[in-house]
Amino acid sequence: MDIVVLVKQVPDTWAERRLSESDYTLDRESVDAVMNEIDEYAVEEALRLKEAHGGEVTVLSMGPERATETIRKALSMGADKAVHVSDPALHGACAVQTAETLAAALGTIPHDLVVLGSESTDARLSVMAAMLAEKLGLPQLSGARKVEVDGSTVTIERQTETGFDRVQGSTPAVVSVVEKINEPRYPSFKGIMAAKKKPVQTVTVADLGLDAGSVGLASATSEVVEMTPRPPRQAGQIVKDEGDGGVKLADFLAAQKLL
Amino acid sequence: MASVLVLVEHAEGKVKKVTLELLTAARAIGEPVAVVVGAPGSAQPLVDTLAEYGAATVVAAESPDVDNYLATPQVAVLADLVAAESPAAVLIGSSAEGKEVAARLAIRTRSGILTDAVGVDGDGTATQSIFGGAVVVKSRVKTGTPIVTVRPNSVSAEPAPTQAQTRSVDVTLDAAARAATVLERVVEEKGSRPTLTDASIVVSGGRGLGSGDNFTLVEALADSLGGAVGASRAATDAGWYPHQNQVGQTGVTVSPQLYVAVGISGAIQHRAGMQTSKTIVAVNKDPEAPIFELADFGVVGDLFNVVPQLTDEVTKRKA
Ligand SMILES: Cc1cc2nc3c(=O)[nH]c(=O)nc-3n(C[C@H](O)[C@H](O)[C@H](O)COP(=O)(O)OP(=O)(O)OC[C@H]3O[C@@H](n4cnc5c(N)ncnc54)[C@H](O)[C@@H]3O)c2cc1C
Ligand SMILES: Nc1ncnc2c1ncn2[C@@H]1O[C@H](COP(=O)(O)O)[C@@H](O)[C@H]1O
Repeated sequence: MDIVVLVKQVPDTWAERRLSESDYTLDRESVDAVMNEIDEYAVEEALRLKEAHGGEVTVLSMGPERATETIRKALSMGADKAVHVSDPALHGACAVQTAETLAAALGTIPHDLVVLGSESTDARLSVMAAMLAEKLGLPQLSGARKVEVDGSTVTIERQTETGFDRVQGSTPAVVSVVEKINEPRYPSFKGIMAAKKKPVQTVTVADLGLDAGSVGLASATSEVVEMTPRPPRQAGQIVKDEGDGGVKLADFLAAQKLL
Repeated sequence: MASVLVLVEHAEGKVKKVTLELLTAARAIGEPVAVVVGAPGSAQPLVDTLAEYGAATVVAAESPDVDNYLATPQVAVLADLVAAESPAAVLIGSSAEGKEVAARLAIRTRSGILTDAVGVDGDGTATQSIFGGAVVVKSRVKTGTPIVTVRPNSVSAEPAPTQAQTRSVDVTLDAAARAATVLERVVEEKGSRPTLTDASIVVSGGRGLGSGDNFTLVEALADSLGGAVGASRAATDAGWYPHQNQVGQTGVTVSPQLYVAVGISGAIQHRAGMQTSKTIVAVNKDPEAPIFELADFGVVGDLFNVVPQLTDEVTKRKA
């Protein structure tokens, strides 16, 4: 079973993230970059499925040159090869354009499953699985906390607010995972060494048959028009518990008409 | 006046609160059209409430098929309506499934999508809070029909009674829409508490609780306030509380009127899921805990003393 796993490089959530002053796109230069955390779970799940069912795992990532670090990490965890969509034309791509580009790239890589994370920590959209399923006409098996493959039938447990849904489709299918699904492995020393020799194919927008004019900031389907640092929260009132902390809190809630 | 499509969230014959908030926001943009997608008979019981909040039209898209698929029935109905009505915007609640409906609709209609809005202006511009709440941006859709998902509790629902016209439309599902089927929907635990995302009050517990059993303190406080229970990742990772209840970057995002953080330090990943709450209060024994930077009111003290006292006090005052 051939699997494509989507990974995204994002600014480290511990760093102070910001938008660039000039065009309100994410400033990816000034901060440390890491693999989107949930994507580690996606890679792990892809590797486990490969271990159980055979086949190859291909990493697919769209991002600036620097995203190779993230791709190498996925390869050092055990993925076989990678496709890196990298093109200055993609700067400022919106979600729709990203989905269109990833879908075009998926068209060049044979796959029975597309595995991705449920949400990126920078954009926090949680849309990519649904967008790719729609674009490619594939079953959307999203928000999985468990994946089972039986021949060409894929069944997931989809995490919901009150429990889970069991959702099923046939391959090829799009599966997004939540962090509850597994515990990602750490790359071993051997894995890190081996990753250096694994093939990474870099492709441009033109290679995918897309028009550079239709993918980047200028033709994005949405734009940020204004940005302000969060208005500083008015300093709150902090009291030390002198045996009446609970009562004081209740007084505050009552004063705010929250009781 | 251009119409604004509002996807109605409903369960057990009742309209969910977020829908009333969306209708309120929609009225500033155009004429609200409430779209009910559900099993046969699901629209009729909702009409009065929808009209009370200003729905000029209620579109009933009913089919026994609806519950067997994820997002695709809603997308099919909304895409038809977008084509027929060229609405000024489509508003959808920012739940996991709401975002998926919006995502697919954006691809289907090649439109821009704005997710997790905490406000929507009359011209469809959305306000979003990003990077764990550190930055506020205004965004606008440039292509197609603005598709905006709005966080529950961001807009306060105001009634604006009107007479609603009701009409029915078909739910037409093609093969791709049927590609994934929902085999069953399992409710693991359904208490009497409100669900996290649309609760007006959320009480969350963290590592400071020390054990799963001690979460009864959090539950008791939540019950006295009529709120939902949340947890930090430290608490869910330790198995003290179900993962579904995790608030934060890798959990649920909540935006209630009141957020109570009990024994939670306030790590950036936790803040990402609760920072847009209207009022935040915290109980923590460490005066340096970052959660106090956000708190409108904080008590530095032992939660095992403060929380039971607060619960008693709330119960007393509410009686
Ligand atoms: C990529 C990534 C994603 C993450 N996603 C999330 C997420 O979605 N949600 C989330 O919550 N976290 C998330 N985290 C984890 C986050 O970084 C913190 O580790 C976590 O939020 C800490 O939980 P906590 O506040 O309960 O625990 P701690 O940070 O250990 O804080 C416990 C607090 O309890 C207080 N305390 C202890 N005893 C008492 C007492 N008796 N009375 C009063 N106060 C007491 C302490 O002073 C302390 O401030 C994520 C981390 C990463 C790296
Ligand atoms: N530029 C990208 N390249 C590769 N994968 C991506 C990209 N953007 C998003 N993804 C995948 O889509 C998932 C959900 O992202 P999002 O919908 O943007 O929150 C992520 O966890 C990734 O697996």
